[in-house]
Amino acid sequence: MTDKQILEWKNRFAVIGAWLVAILFFFPIFWMVLTSFKTELQAIAIPPLLVFEPTLDNYTLIQERTDYTQYAWSSVVTSLGGTALAMLIAIPSAYAMAFSPTRRTKDILLWMLSTKMLPAVGVLLPIYLLSQKLGLLDTKIVLVVIYALINLPIIMMILFNYFREIPKEILEASRMDGTSTWNEITQIVMPLAWGGIASTALLSVVLCWNEAFWAINLTSSEAGTLAALVASFSSPEGLFWSKLSAVATLACAPIVVFGWLCQKQLVQGLTFGAVK
Amino acid sequence: MNRTLVRLLQAPSIIVLLMWMIVPLSMTIYFSLIRYNLLYPERTGFVGLSNYEFFVTDAAFPPAVWNTLILVGSVLCISVVLGLAIAILIDRPFLGRGIVRVMLISPFFIMPTVNALVWKNMMMNPIYGLFAVVAHTIGAEPIDWLTVYPLLSVIIIVSWQWTPFAILIFMTSLQSQDQEQKEAATLDGAGFWAQFWNLTLPHLARPIAIVLMIQMIFHLSIFAEIFVTTSGGPGTASTNIAYLIYAQALLQFDVGVASAGGVFAVILANIVAIFLIRAVGKNLMV
Amino acid sequence: MKYLRTTALGMMLSMSAISFKVAVADEITIATVNNGHMIEMQKLTPKFEEANPGITVKWVTLDEGTLRSRVTTDITTKGGQFDVMTIGMYEAPIWGSRDWLEPLEFGAEYDVDDILPAMRDGLSHDGKLYAAPFYGESSMIMYRKDLLDAAGMTMPDNPSWGHVKDAAAAMTDRDAGQYGICLRGKPGWGDNMAFLTTMANSFGGKWFNEDWTPDLDSPAWNHAVNFYVDLLTAYGPPGSAGNSFNEILALMNEGKCGMWIDATIAASFVTNPSQSKVADKMAFAQSPQAITTRGANWLWAWALAVPSGTQKKADAMKFMEWATSKEYIELVAETNGWAAVPTGTRQSTYDNPKFKEAATFDEAELKAILSADPSNSTQDKTPYIGVQFAAIPEFQAIGTAVGQQMTAALAGDISVEEALENAQAAADREMRKAGYY
Repeated sequence: MTDKQILEWKNRFAVIGAWLVAILFFFPIFWMVLTSFKTELQAIAIPPLLVFEPTLDNYTLIQERTDYTQYAWSSVVTSLGGTALAMLIAIPSAYAMAFSPTRRTKDILLWMLSTKMLPAVGVLLPIYLLSQKLGLLDTKIVLVVIYALINLPIIMMILFNYFREIPKEILEASRMDGTSTWNEITQIVMPLAWGGIASTALLSVVLCWNEAFWAINLTSSEAGTLAALVASFSSPEGLFWSKLSAVATLACAPIVVFGWLCQKQLVQGLTFGAVK
Repeated sequence: MNRTLVRLLQAPSIIVLLMWMIVPLSMTIYFSLIRYNLLYPERTGFVGLSNYEFFVTDAAFPPAVWNTLILVGSVLCISVVLGLAIAILIDRPFLGRGIVRVMLISPFFIMPTVNALVWKNMMMNPIYGLFAVVAHTIGAEPIDWLTVYPLLSVIIIVSWQWTPFAILIFMTSLQSQDQEQKEAATLDGAGFWAQFWNLTLPHLARPIAIVLMIQMIFHLSIFAEIFVTTSGGPGTASTNIAYLIYAQALLQFDVGVASAGGVFAVILANIVAIFLIRAVGKNLMV
Repeated sequence: MKYLRTTALGMMLSMSAISFKVAVADEITIATVNNGHMIEMQKLTPKFEEANPGITVKWVTLDEGTLRSRVTTDITTKGGQFDVMTIGMYEAPIWGSRDWLEPLEFGAEYDVDDILPAMRDGLSHDGKLYAAPFYGESSMIMYRKDLLDAAGMTMPDNPSWGHVKDAAAAMTDRDAGQYGICLRGKPGWGDNMAFLTTMANSFGGKWFNEDWTPDLDSPAWNHAVNFYVDLLTAYGPPGSAGNSFNEILALMNEGKCGMWIDATIAASFVTNPSQSKVADKMAFAQSPQAITTRGANWLWAWALAVPSGTQKKADAMKFMEWATSKEYIELVAETNGWAAVPTGTRQSTYDNPKFKEAATFDEAELKAILSADPSNSTQDKTPYIGVQFAAIPEFQAIGTAVGQQMTAALAGDISVEEALENAQAAADREMRKAGYY
């Protein structure tokens, strides 16, 4: 075999390996979706059924029992709202820190990250009491604010890293031309960092969408997100796996599809050290 | 840019996070020093550090600290090593690469509770879980994952969710690697490992640092995965600090002790963070 | 600039979508668990809304653990999120004694005396009823008559634990994936400890002595837990340490278990042919006894209560009355047949010939419920109320910590003696901290 042939074979093995790994990683999701089309009895059949007569009963049942669109709307509003609020606060700050770093910049960033380390369950009561006093229990506002706050440190850190990749010379040149700071941000920094900003926002949306603890503990009938809907389908009495699979599929589908669609954007944006 | 403007631009984030820090955290610190059990509203008063004492003298406390560290450490290792390997594996054009990529990153978009439920009921269940079925097919005795290897099971579940995140970051970073440099290295006869150590790894230093940092923050307070699968057991085999605080806050409703636990968790997190920054921080900032 | 504008637009859009919650005067919010009977109640709610124009009902459904923490946080902080709460027999007397719940008074047509006395007692404090039972349950043996017959054995109505062990041994066929007995093992005061407490009760054990010191280091607990671990290790399915109601229900319905001792409500699931492969092979007996029948079967009710201080008290009471009335039971019977009605609450249900005809388990269930007495459930005298729990605020935490130890013993990580020692220490610590002694 020539070297070229060896290389070809290596490549072929790598491709097969990649496919195998991909299938392995995706399998639980596939299985969940498959289970959602089974009856409860089929869902626990031994050995598991791969071929069966699919039923839509679980989905109709969910539609009967709950208002899916209300939960989905809550999820959309709180994830987008929380992300938008956090980005609005983070962009100027990260910009300032990246382009005019001081000796304390690093400490400030670390301190910001440390605010994210308090386990949610440890601060549940303070937040619960505060929201109650402010009349914000079971509103989307309280989730928007909390999502913005819990994601802010991570957003700050990622944005800071992007902004630092932007060559300072470009800015200095524009400053020579007398560009105002505002124009500097909007016309030079934003377009250059756009990929990074967009993918950071996408990441934040994903994290907000999947957040369950606050969504379950601070909402009741009005502002519950899809994570709360999922919680309402697990049951201590009676079989619920295929129903749960169906509701989980419904809850995850929007964000997974969103992630797939934005994959290119994510891929372009999350290149640390690539804007050079 | 003048100094005032810099301050002004930084101000919002610092102020809101300061408020987020001060208000709940100072409330937490305050609660940690008083007698405060939701079920006994009539019992009040300053108790000094006895809530802390109660929290750290719990028999479940030492294993919880240990489990927390093991959990963070192993998930970080698994997701970075596996993430790197897979990212390098798919860093070449091939048929269906787009689909493979989509399949690989999908687990990251799944809710943690759903993830845990799927693994518990459909994968790891010793009777009708798929692992058991595979074991039966090859004639082996099925393993009761969540009972026999509770912590390992949680690590697997969490890694399944977060390795895709590492893959995502690494694969995007790899694309920006200088191909000419690589080709030149290949022509010079540098083998795969030589290229990996001398070119790829330095190129990925910062992405790795970022992945480690972000994941560490999330893994220190893993809760949903444990709550859904093992409830911290058997015994205390899979109890971590976050779960221990949960038991105080929402089973015992002892806000005082739970708050003391929360404060402890912040301290522990910062200690871990300092070590991590020593190790990878140089790549992270400045 | 374009990007900035899009961002700003997006912000505005999402902000406008956030509306402050406006309290609607005649809207009541009900917190409940995702159990079959509750789902039925949600489906039938339009009938209530029709009969009471102006009242609309909003539901918040959660899993049991989350529901418990949500309603407890809400009621103790006066959060006012819920107008009707689904609570259990554990919470009702504790919360009632704290005046967190509205005491209930009913008109003559509600016929409060029709509610089974055990249920009424368990949901009362100082003679005042604080929650109305929606459905109730005890525990009993559900077994595969076909397998037992094949083994040439019978099941008496009041078997002993020794007999149960023999039967389990006779029905076990590991190679065929057939396990003689399935029992709860998943840690939790409402999971493995509910069952284990009834078992310990029948072995003469109890949670607390008269001076409130925990009794987990007694020989009775030692016998009971050793018996339990040996039994499940020898004749139980793999993965018992993770099994609770649902997991075992799935096993039972798949035909993997010979016997199952659990909530009477399970009887309606395992005899339902649309869910169960063994629906026509099931038979029932009372919970096994060791040295006493006292406390050998548990008593539980899911009940509806109205938190004190709700502004919608009248509407909330109206709903609670409707959902726990005789008429509601008849409504369910009309819609889904008598086999599907919520049971365990009213004598009139068990007197109804149509129900007796539809349900094969009615006699065993009623007998179990009537024989449970929360205030007299142990061999020796105790200071607490409750069969499978002690109705004190500390019990949730204690029961869960002890449950963890029992699971560890079942999994074989530690010995039974070690587990009970740890459990005793944990319980003692909590009781000391709470100031009992």
